[in-house]
Order: sequence, then structure tokens, then C-alpha cells
Amino acid sequence: MTNEALKLKKKSSRKRRENKRRATSALLVLPIYLFTIAFVVGPLIYMIILSFMTRAEVWGVERIFTLDNYKNIFSEVYFGTFKQSLKLAFISTLAVIVLGYPYGYYMARTSPSWQRRLMSMQMIPFWVNSLIRLYGWIIIFRANGLLDKLLMAIGLTKEPLKLLYTYPTVVVGMVYVLLPFMIYSVYGSAEKLDWSLVEASRDLGASPVKAFITVTFPLTLPGLLTGIVLTFIPSMGLFFIADILGGNKVVLVGNLIQEQLMKVHNWPFAAALSVVLMILTSVLIYIYRRVARVEKLMGDGANENKDKDKEKEMGRGV
Amino acid sequence: MNVMATSNEEKTPKRKRSRKSTFPTFYLSLLTILTYVPIAVVVVYSFNESKISSVWDGFSLRWYKELFQDPAMFRALFISILLGVSSCLIAAVIATLAAIGFPKAKLPGSKLIEYLSSAPIIIPEIVLGMVFLVYFSLLKLPFGMTTLIIAHTSFCIPYIYMEVKARLIGLDESYYEAARDLGASSIRAFFDITLPLIMPAVISGMFLSFAMSFDDVIISVFVTGVNTDTLPIKVYTQLKTSTTPKINALCTLMLTVTVFCYVMSYVFSRIGKRNIKTQKEREHEEAIRKA
Repeated sequence: MTNEALKLKKKSSRKRRENKRRATSALLVLPIYLFTIAFVVGPLIYMIILSFMTRAEVWGVERIFTLDNYKNIFSEVYFGTFKQSLKLAFISTLAVIVLGYPYGYYMARTSPSWQRRLMSMQMIPFWVNSLIRLYGWIIIFRANGLLDKLLMAIGLTKEPLKLLYTYPTVVVGMVYVLLPFMIYSVYGSAEKLDWSLVEASRDLGASPVKAFITVTFPLTLPGLLTGIVLTFIPSMGLFFIADILGGNKVVLVGNLIQEQLMKVHNWPFAAALSVVLMILTSVLIYIYRRVARVEKLMGDGANENKDKDKEKEMGRGV
Repeated sequence: MNVMATSNEEKTPKRKRSRKSTFPTFYLSLLTILTYVPIAVVVVYSFNESKISSVWDGFSLRWYKELFQDPAMFRALFISILLGVSSCLIAAVIATLAAIGFPKAKLPGSKLIEYLSSAPIIIPEIVLGMVFLVYFSLLKLPFGMTTLIIAHTSFCIPYIYMEVKARLIGLDESYYEAARDLGASSIRAFFDITLPLIMPAVISGMFLSFAMSFDDVIISVFVTGVNTDTLPIKVYTQLKTSTTPKINALCTLMLTVTVFCYVMSYVFSRIGKRNIKTQKEREHEEAIRKA
């Protein structure tokens, strides 16, 4: 057999193998198809359908179409909660940006070994159950707790401040739990930033502030937006933070959903609330994707996968 | 990138540099320390003799003893571990097969399914928990271990899938092709070549998803049954009512498990990345030599 023929034979056998492989591959993805359709797509579709159904008199759901659940959200009582929750989400996200952006930015400017060290140092608490971390704040903030003791010892205050079960404490808890998401997102963007661009703008006479606003900030914007996506919506749903640190004073959409499900048993209403949260999430993700696409067009496609992995790595954990 | 940054810094006058770098260092240290304060407080007070957590009465292991004498706690621990292990094993099988199959299988909607399968870590947890609760009651599944495992598997899959997918992208296809050319069956080539190469990523992803499952409160609260309270649910209910240092002891133990999982996940992902990394470094070195 000539070399040529051998090559040809090898090629055709590869092709045949390729087809066979495609068939086996179909088998390989079968489990994830089944699981995703049965336990991700199914539930989500049911949630949407349920949000248009009527609550039964005593228990359960009746299959009568209605828009009342959505109207209900805008009724005075619930809309108040929604607004309060949005406001808290807004404040928390703002605080997370103010604290987390500089951290991610400075972290990316340290030496690679310090970047790794800081990353693990942030990672470990992030992995620790948020309940445990919140419990630490309870010990610190409770009346006659650590903070009160400390402040009274210094002489700043004379009596316990009774900080636990107040609004600011809930904000502290939220910020504390959500901060790592912002730090990773901003760091992810700042780390792959081409600092020579910043230097170039400085060399061309831009002031540090101007260089930051015109070069650094736009290039780290996708990271910032990822951070916002990962903090804003969850901060409306983290009902246990409001529960543990806020007593009954702070009510989030999350608390409302939980209450409607477990206590009031108005499932269609809980479903409608969830649909609204999902829509808000999608809007934020859409904005993020638009901005990320602009960045990709600027020639950063190679880093896209890396970015996605990072983003997903921190996808959860709260 | 970083090489550039440091070399640029060297150019600037020393005085300016030191003034510039004090604030970032200060800020990074302050925030890092603050992150650890609540955790340290919980751990330290778990060794406190006193029942009131703001009074320090001396070192004691009393709360650990009480914890270990509490059968309800052991049950919760058992349930948490059983749940974590079963959901991350099921997820590992589904996710690994999918990560290998997806690039080759040109099935209708495979991109969409791939995207949707990662939805459970994008959807807010409260929504996911709510959705599972109503859906499971629609299917008339009895709430308990089954529902917990399904719910946890759903968010374990994306973590393992991503790890394995990233590893497969960095993998040289020619090893597998070589094995096939030398006459190995596709199954043999998979078990001899592909699987050992991606195993570190699978294990790393499993530790990661186990830790996530071991920590989950929100989703578990919605799908748990009467007798299947996990450890985090126990902690949550206790924090809402009364707190004794027993919780500190419990939290400290959970913390140890989590940190262990983190370290293991890290170690295995390092093992997996080592080869790719050295290759990258080689390229980098070459680029420097050329320049």
C-alpha cells in the first residue's frame, strides 16, 4: 500500500469513527437531557403556569385562569414589601460595590503570588456556611455582645446599643454575605486588564483620575456588572438574613415567598412573586450580556471561557 | 500583564511608589481581617465554658461533649452527609457524561439544554426552592430524602460539568485518537485515556458540589420532609429560637468539614491543571526569549 492510500484509509476510518462517536455521544448526553427537562424546565414552566392559577378556598390550587396574583403584588401591602426589599437590595448592592470594587481592583494589582493568597483567603470564608458567618455577627452585635463591650470599654458608649434586629445590621449581614461575589467578579475583569493601556493614557497626559474613568473603569465594567447580577437579586431572596439579624422588622421578597408557601399556602401568589424575581434576574443578565459582548468585540474573546468559569465558580454559595 | 505592571512601577520614583501602595495594602488587609472576625468569634466561643456567649469563663470542651451526646444532631449529620454524597455522585455521572458528549453530539437543542442545565446556579435560590416545592407536590413525590437529592443534584451538576468541561478543553485530543488508531475500542480508550485525565477535575468538582450541598439552607428548607432535617436546617431553626454554645461547637465542626472540602477541591484542581500550566509557562518563556 502506498503512503497515500494508507492516509486515505486512515481518514475514512476516522470519519466512520466520527459518525459512530456522534451516536454514542447522543447516549452520553441523554441523562442530562432527561434530568434538565424533568427537573429544571418542567418546574420552571409549572411555576409560570401556576402563577396564573387561582388559589383554592381551603387548600391547594384550582385550574382557573386569573391575573389576580400579579395584581396582588401591586396591592398596597405587598407592594410596600416589594419596594422595601428593592430598597434594601439597592443599598446593599451599592455598599458591596463601594467595598468590593476597590478590593478586586487592588487585588489584581498585587503580585501573582499575593493574588493567589488573597484569593484563597477570600475563598475559605466564602465556602463556610453563611449561617455560621452570620452567627458570628449575632455574637458581635447582640445587646451586651462583643461590640457593646468593646465600645463601653473604650468609653464611647455608656449602655448597650441594641444593634441586633435593626435595619443597619441586616445591611451589614447582606453586604458581608454578598461581598465575595463582587470581589471575584471585579478581580476577574481587572486581572486580565491590559495595564499597558492605562500606562499609555497616562503617558499621553491623562491624570490618574481621568485614566481610571476613561480606561480602567470601562474595561472592568463587565466584572462590575457580573457582581451586580450576583448580588442584587439574591439580596431580595436571602430571607434567612432578614430572619436572623432583623427579627421581624425587615421583610424581603424572599420572606414573603417563604411565608406564602409555608404559612399562608397561597402558592399561585408565591409563584407570581418568583416569576417577577426571575424577570428581574433576566433583565440584569441581559444587560450584562450586552456589555460583555461589547467587550468581546474589542478583542477579548480568548478570555471568555476563563471568565465564564470564574463567574460560575462563584455562582452560588450563599 | 503583571510583569509589565511591576516593571512600570519600578520606573516611578520610590517615594511616590511607597505613598501609593500604602492605602491598597491597608485596605486589603483590613477587609480580609474583617472577613474572618465573625468566623473567629464563633470558633473561639465554642471553647467557652460559660453558657452566655459574651462572657468568657475559660477554655472547655463541654459543648462538644454535649453535642456528641445529642442523637438528633447525629441524625442531622448523617442526613447531611448521605444527601451530599448521593447528590454529588449522581451529579458526577450525569455531568461527566454530558461534558464528554455535548461537543460531539449534534442533537437538536443541545446548546439550549446545556444552558438550562446550569440554570439552577443562576436562578435565585429562593425561586429554585419554591419551584421545587410546588413541582414535587404536583408530582406527588413524598417530601424527604428523594426530593432533597433531586434538588441538590440539580445544583451539583453545573459545578462538576464546568470543571470537567474546562479540563476537556485543555486536553489534547490526539492521545485518545492515538489509542484508537492503535486499535483500542472506544470504551477502552475512554477508560484508559480520557477518564484518568479528567478524573482530577471530576473529583475537584465533586468536593466543590459536596460543600455546596453540605451548606445549603434555602433550598433544603423547602424540600425537606418531616424527618430529614439537615445540619444547616438545624442550625437555622436554632439560631431563630435560642442559641447555646452548642451551636458554636456544631458550627466549628461544619466549618472544619467545609475547609477540608475546599482544600481537597483545590488540590485536585491543581493536579489537573499542572500539565496545562507547564505548557502555558513554556509558551510564555518562549515568547519572552523571542522578544
